Amino acid sequence: MKLNRIVLSIALPLAVIIATSGCKTHSTPPKTPLPQHPAATGPTTEPPLPDTKPLMPEAPPVSTPVIPPYTSGPITTASGWQLVDYNQDPAKLAAYTVHFKFDSAVVEDKEQASLASVSDALKSDANAKLLVEGHCDERGTEEYNRSLGERRALALREALAKVGVDPERIRTVSYGKDKPVDPGHDESAWSKNRRGEFIWCTPKSPTP
Amino acid sequence: MKKNILIVLTVAIALFADHDASAQTTGEIGITKEGLFAQKPIPISVQGVSGEAAKVLNFDLTVQGFILTTPDAAQYIVTGSIGGNITGSLTDKFAHKMLLSRSYNGASLRRQAHAFADDIVGAIRNTKPIGGTKIAFKSQPSFGSGEIYVADFDGYGAQPVTSDGSIVAKPAWVPGHMALYYTSYARSNPDIFYHSLSSGQRRVIAGYSGLNTGAAVSPDGSKVAMILSKSGSPNVWVCNADGSNLKRVTTGIEDSSPCWSPDGEWICFATKMNSRRVLAKVPAGGGEVQRVPTPGTANPTEPDWSPDGKWIAYTCQMGEFSICAVAADGSAAPVVLVSGQNPSWSPNSRTLIYNHGPAGRQTMAALDVFTRQSRDCQHAPGSNAQPAWGH
Repeated sequence: MKLNRIVLSIALPLAVIIATSGCKTHSTPPKTPLPQHPAATGPTTEPPLPDTKPLMPEAPPVSTPVIPPYTSGPITTASGWQLVDYNQDPAKLAAYTVHFKFDSAVVEDKEQASLASVSDALKSDANAKLLVEGHCDERGTEEYNRSLGERRALALREALAKVGVDPERIRTVSYGKDKPVDPGHDESAWSKNRRGEFIWCTPKSPTP
Repeated sequence: MKKNILIVLTVAIALFADHDASAQTTGEIGITKEGLFAQKPIPISVQGVSGEAAKVLNFDLTVQGFILTTPDAAQYIVTGSIGGNITGSLTDKFAHKMLLSRSYNGASLRRQAHAFADDIVGAIRNTKPIGGTKIAFKSQPSFGSGEIYVADFDGYGAQPVTSDGSIVAKPAWVPGHMALYYTSYARSNPDIFYHSLSSGQRRVIAGYSGLNTGAAVSPDGSKVAMILSKSGSPNVWVCNADGSNLKRVTTGIEDSSPCWSPDGEWICFATKMNSRRVLAKVPAGGGEVQRVPTPGTANPTEPDWSPDGKWIAYTCQMGEFSICAVAADGSAAPVVLVSGQNPSWSPNSRTLIYNHGPAGRQTMAALDVFTRQSRDCQHAPGSNAQPAWGH
């Protein structure tokens, strides 16, 4: 401990000395002229002939101005039925939209009536499918919310499965915070935006 | 000289620490992070360059830790002239030494100025050049549908690469190639597309039921990490560049935003543990998930690993979104740098591109993390967000 104090009493003033001398070096150039390097030139002397750097003319980042439509990925990568084969009706089940607590994907007990209504609608039409949309409020970063919204949609699919809906009839989609119903920045808007929506899907062509 | 000061201060702190163990932690971390992330910018003077070329030099030097000042106050003197082409030199005033003398021809004046800035920075500090790099980002009117854009790293020359009129997200570059992966809702579902910018060809590499998003390409370009929910929760999956050989590597409750370590060994991502948002990492081939500690910063998401492997930048949320950086090996505590989100490292491992501003009106900016100097990029129409820096 004593040794520590001694070293400390040396180290601290040393630090101050070095620090101050360091500052001086920075603010005023040394008075003794530095030995001139053969190639060294001051800012005022005639510069040597510059070397040259030819730059290739820049290719535009996108060489095809018109982007062709995407080539579909292998259809086997998407399991089950495809959204593109179905018409979406967001109005039919709009009354049954459910809401979530902040940063939560837990389906509240109070939503059971809505889930029962959605389940009944699906039981009444065997050809219909369901798209569950998960949405978030604006708090939380974009990709975080895209995952949270998906978890909300998946939680609703699970809750519907529990009341007897075949989960294979349900697809989920997360919009994160990309589709708020209320653009406001307060709890009143946020509570409306933390939601799951049920989109009624019917085949575009008669049942295959 | 600076090194000496640091050594002596460190000795002094270590000695203090003997007296009070708790002072050691706070003292040492305080010095480390303040020293590292509060560096004084290097004073540099640019003479004889005006107009657009001067603006380019100013931007490029500022976001790489230099500050433009008068010749009297500067350590480095840049002298240039523009006669159709740029000719310029760089002198170290203290060492009385000319470090660079070069003339540029070909391409645009902006391109020449970027190349000159790269040579200036490269002559003073041995970092990878960024002047010719590109960024990809998304732009949308405010919310909802938008397009993926590509631009110079300072935002100039922006052009859309999609025209689907659908929601898009999270572009990611294929290292060394003019090719992107991104998320698009063009098929009514968030799917991951591969898009070659040179041929215009694109295809869906992940279009599974549920969420397909957050593509990140491995440093060697051979693998893609991403978030899929096909197994019942949003988790990290890895596949080959063409979408084949798919493998699930995490099983947590809710994951997002995977990124690669520069050696390709690890994937860092945002997740939830015990109902709290945390950062974690997992071996790229699967294995045990480990926490990446971010003490003092709440709700970390959107990690990005620096190309030199030393830092992980991320977004924290404590009232507002802020850009943070933490030592990847945990040797230095996190530092909150500026307000903003979606950080993405440049090849030089010191400049980040990110977006900031009110919701639905985001602007991109480049930030020098060590001096915290930031400059807004040229703005493309709409809200500009989720920039990805091409390497």
